[in-house]
Amino acid sequence: MTAMTRRLLSLGTSLSWPQWPLPGTGLRTLFPRRTWTIVLGAYALLAVVVPVLHLAVPASSAWHVGDYAVTLGGKILCYATVALAMDLVWGYAGILSLGHGLFFALGGYAMGMYLMRAIGSEGVYGDPILPDFMVFLDWKQLPWYWHGSEHFLQQALLVVVAPSLLAFVFGWFAFRSRIRGVYFSIITQALTFAFMLLFFRNQTGFGGNNGFTDFKRILGFPLANPRTRVALFALSATWLLVALIACRMLVRSKFGRVLTAIRDAEDRVRFCGYDPVGFKLFVWTLSAAICGVAGALYVPQVGIINPSEMSPANSVEIAIWVAVGGRGTLLGPILGAALINGAKSWLTVAAPELWLYALGLLFIVVTRWLPDGVLGLLRREQK
Amino acid sequence: MKSWKLASILSSVLCAALLGAPPARAAETIKVGILHSLSGTMAISETSLKDVALMTIEEINAKGGVLGKKLEPIVVDPASNWPLFAEKSRQLLTKDKVAAVFGCWTSVSRKSVLPVFEELNGLLFYPVQYEGEELSQNVFYTGAAPNQQAIPAVEYLMSKEGGGATRFFLLGTDYVYPRTTNKILRAFLKSKGIPESDILETYTPFGHSDYQTIVAQIKAFGAGGHTAVISTINGDSNVPFYKELGNQGLKATDIPVVAFSVGEEELRGIDTKPLVGHLAAWNYFMSLKNKTNSAFIKRWKAYVKKKGLPGGDSRVTNDPMEATYVGMHMWAQAVQKAGSVKVDDVRKAMAGQTYAAPSGFTLKMDETNHHLWKPVLIGEVQGNGQFDVVWKTDQPVRAQPWSPFIAGNEKRAEK
Amino acid sequence: MTGLITAVVLSVGLDAGTLEKIARGNQAERQGAISTLAAAGDAAAVPVLRATLEGRLYAGAEGPVLIDDGGTLRDALTGAPAAPPDDLEKVVINNRLRRTLEGALVVLSLSAPGRAERLDAVRALQRTPDPDVLPAVESALAKEKDKEVREALITTEAMLALSAPEAARRTAAAQQLRRVPGATSKRLLTQRLAVERDPAVLAALKEASESVEASLKRAEMVGLLFSGLSLGSVLLLAALGLAVTFGLMGVINMAHGELLMIGAYATWLVQTLFRRYLPGHFGWYLAVAVPASFLAAAAVGALLELTVVRKLYGRPLETLLATFGASLLLMQAVRSAFGAQNVEVANPDWMSGGITVLAGLVLPFNRIAILLFGSFVLLLVWVLLSRTRLGLWVRAVTQNRQRAAGLGVAAPRIDLLAFALGSGIAGLGGCALSQIGNVGPELGQGFIVDSFMVVVLGGVGQLAGTITAAAGLGLANKALEPVAGAVLAKIVVLVFIILFIQRRPQGLFALRGRAADD
Repeated sequence: MTAMTRRLLSLGTSLSWPQWPLPGTGLRTLFPRRTWTIVLGAYALLAVVVPVLHLAVPASSAWHVGDYAVTLGGKILCYATVALAMDLVWGYAGILSLGHGLFFALGGYAMGMYLMRAIGSEGVYGDPILPDFMVFLDWKQLPWYWHGSEHFLQQALLVVVAPSLLAFVFGWFAFRSRIRGVYFSIITQALTFAFMLLFFRNQTGFGGNNGFTDFKRILGFPLANPRTRVALFALSATWLLVALIACRMLVRSKFGRVLTAIRDAEDRVRFCGYDPVGFKLFVWTLSAAICGVAGALYVPQVGIINPSEMSPANSVEIAIWVAVGGRGTLLGPILGAALINGAKSWLTVAAPELWLYALGLLFIVVTRWLPDGVLGLLRREQK
Repeated sequence: MKSWKLASILSSVLCAALLGAPPARAAETIKVGILHSLSGTMAISETSLKDVALMTIEEINAKGGVLGKKLEPIVVDPASNWPLFAEKSRQLLTKDKVAAVFGCWTSVSRKSVLPVFEELNGLLFYPVQYEGEELSQNVFYTGAAPNQQAIPAVEYLMSKEGGGATRFFLLGTDYVYPRTTNKILRAFLKSKGIPESDILETYTPFGHSDYQTIVAQIKAFGAGGHTAVISTINGDSNVPFYKELGNQGLKATDIPVVAFSVGEEELRGIDTKPLVGHLAAWNYFMSLKNKTNSAFIKRWKAYVKKKGLPGGDSRVTNDPMEATYVGMHMWAQAVQKAGSVKVDDVRKAMAGQTYAAPSGFTLKMDETNHHLWKPVLIGEVQGNGQFDVVWKTDQPVRAQPWSPFIAGNEKRAEK
Repeated sequence: MTGLITAVVLSVGLDAGTLEKIARGNQAERQGAISTLAAAGDAAAVPVLRATLEGRLYAGAEGPVLIDDGGTLRDALTGAPAAPPDDLEKVVINNRLRRTLEGALVVLSLSAPGRAERLDAVRALQRTPDPDVLPAVESALAKEKDKEVREALITTEAMLALSAPEAARRTAAAQQLRRVPGATSKRLLTQRLAVERDPAVLAALKEASESVEASLKRAEMVGLLFSGLSLGSVLLLAALGLAVTFGLMGVINMAHGELLMIGAYATWLVQTLFRRYLPGHFGWYLAVAVPASFLAAAAVGALLELTVVRKLYGRPLETLLATFGASLLLMQAVRSAFGAQNVEVANPDWMSGGITVLAGLVLPFNRIAILLFGSFVLLLVWVLLSRTRLGLWVRAVTQNRQRAAGLGVAAPRIDLLAFALGSGIAGLGGCALSQIGNVGPELGQGFIVDSFMVVVLGGVGQLAGTITAAAGLGLANKALEPVAGAVLAKIVVLVFIILFIQRRPQGLFALRGRAADD
């Protein structure tokens, strides 16, 4: 039996049926009652109330939720999902990834490819097959990796598969070589930096510095239509909820216990007979997949995807969302992402010179004095 | 229960940020949006455009404003982040309800806001030289199209006066403006009978700083004689490029370099003595001697002093700043003529607008193609960071946003 | 200067008519006038031509042509001070005229009294050989006594004689050119090869051409080696400070790039002060800038250590994030203080230009200086760490904090000093970077990933690792660049490092028993 097979088996056993909480009874016990109320209440607000306020209420009313709020809100929800995914690997497995933006961006690019093809002949150059940027690069036909990208299902699959595959391969090599701690973080920075350089190249075939933009429709629905917009918003909220529940189930199971043990004392766990590689690899890949889908929902709402999403600084910011919200709590990072991005949108208008000061101070203050983040602060208040 | 209070405070802050401020009072001012990066990589270039825009607004207000109302600038910082550009432009148009937006620099930023302006029927004034291949009814382009900058520059290089170049090294940063410009130039050179073997095209990434290999390549290519370099290197990278050129002994008299993205602002960070003789092509230079320009520069320097802007006396004026200035004045004139700030009315009134620009020429907004008629000036770098004009067109040149050198553009109509 | 100007009065060829053509004629007239002056061979026309070249010639719409002679305006013909008319404007020249002027000055300088001047003139002629100058060269050769200048003149003559009517002369020229390989020789030989008919000359040309080609290839190799080492030295200076703090203290400092930036800004400040108060000694500003950048960066580093790093000791991931926040603060602070624009750092005169080593290979002085500076800093750090008491304590605290503390070493103070040292070295790196590239608030961002790669690849705890990694990465990058382009070269190098680390997580040279993780 090869080492690979052995590892997959151990992975399988850790996920085996009896250890998962059973559906129905299990779901109710996932969160304490009050938390469930808040979570479901927030979801109802986002997925039901906001669409109603956006579509049914006239623009002149004070209750109307405008386009700006919907697109900004959708963007923040996608970011919150990424923060959640990051918390899964950092808060629960102790893997500080400073390259998670890469998985987010890859999902975004996969969706972007579909959206570019969906423009059809309405692009500037009017070519029914080739996107504009390929026409001006004088390419005569689609490169092989673009074949079939006009099919939504194929690209949707790619949205999940591309980041997961990359994460799996990278994680496989990294965890097997027992790269940990700061080394791992630096290597993830190098990875996202390398991909960013690659995608900045026009010859790579992903639009270079301009990226993908000028989208017209998704699955036939025009993107400029408020109904499409708010549907994407509601979908982002839904995906966040699904990811939250899945992550929660995972961390509350036996798998989750082993995971936190790995976070706290990996060598000891190894000596106990578990192979940490399988556990880490699983959450790492799952996290990448969650980010990929978030990216795919982000791109049609924001209207552009470009290689600066893969910049090392972006990925470090994700870490601060998690740290501010409260590491290892799943709900905290969602709050952290919302707070910081809300503050960013506000400060870059109200006092643009102050924004970077605020962000820098936030990093220092949170790591120094608020190791449990805002959520930790709230919980302490409770006691 | 404290946590509930905290939670409710936090969520209301969030909601306030999302839903925005209460509706504005009755407008006594006309709001104008300024969409330039004040932080991030593009801050270096774009901060001056924000400053000159604010100065122009002050100037217009001092003369009584527009339609009897004062102009109110709304400055936002998209922080060199392209998705943020789209978000901020949506905010300016829907929340702040600005009458027009002056902004953007890179083509990416413009392309990311274009769908927003077209969807919400806003008006954008774009002041930077660019690659063309675009014509939106919601944008007025006050910067040069390739036929108002690149092509005349190459013609000058090929002329006897410019050195009679027959071999061309096309060097650019890897993004759409250099690629499109080089594509146009290749077709142009081909039409002039220059063989493929006498053209070499290379690209470096943004922020590239080690030009040793590239300069060695230029030297090797230049061994064939009568060589010129056409540089579309953008931003910061120009500094290490010119430094390396100078240090490796490549003088302008050996192999001249003409750049399309290097102006007075970019030269502020370099010791220009080794660069004397290298060229730039623009529609305006700070060193132009005429009354309008002297007044413009004087006003700018006074503004810098008054606001205590960093850089003080060493601040310069350049082509995109002049384009912002002209664009704003033209817009104000159009609003005055149309009698309203409604975009459709202003758009009609913009056609044919003229303005006596600091370049010493009277610029006209073309009736149909949303571009300015601009003069072409070729300048040589001087030791003090300024340019000496060595060639210029007699009259402003009409823009061709759809370059005739790109296949397929013959079918394009200019609405 | 006045003397030379009065001498102009006595010159042949330089008269009001010629001056008129130079100052106010059209392109063709100006070219003609300058060429006439050159052909007349009168060295007294040099001041006027030089003034035109340097932009010191002025003229109004009519009236005398004036020269700006160090502040005073003098009549170009008589040398007497003159009052400027209202419409006085600088006589503007373009590249073509500049070339003609330089050519004329060179030709006139062939008969200059100074040996160095003559040599420079001949070398200049070699760079842009113009067959029209052949008679001037031949007559100069007839008069020349100095050996070195004679050699240079013979080569120049050969370059120009390639198109002479006599076959024997052409063969001799080809053979002479073979002895002085360079881009110009290559081009001339290739051009001649295309049109030559005589078989004997053809053979000589072919042989010469091949030999020159081989020399050029050799020069290219050396050039590549130099540029790789140069890049390596830049990487070393950028990464050395990080190697000290990370390798010796296990602290990942994401603000490292900003410490580079602070060193660069310190250099800029010193340069500005020198420019304002000591313009005569500008060439010395680096002597002050080097310690200044060290101290500035060390001070900021010490502050960082006291306020942030110290409190997060033992939590490397948190340190990483907190120092990232510090980097944002530092960047924004510099932006607020000095503006978002880049600032100009001028190289002192002795750093501009380069030294020609082989055929067409110029090694820029600033890069040579940085290579030497990098080696010097490296030596200093090594001496500090291995031969001083401070170094001993630092190494002790690194290897076993408890035991060192037990032996009386004040660990927190050593931490502070080591961090300050690492930061100071980063400052020195920034000083070097200011000489070859941009200085702006974003300077550090361009080097942070590279610095990390050098440190991670080289392995922590040993300087040898850092040196090897820096040199290796520099050479690899430069070797790949001509083949794959700058971007792919960088990507390949990054991927290589990522894969290498999987194979050998501790890096190239690893100190046994070191673990920088939990």
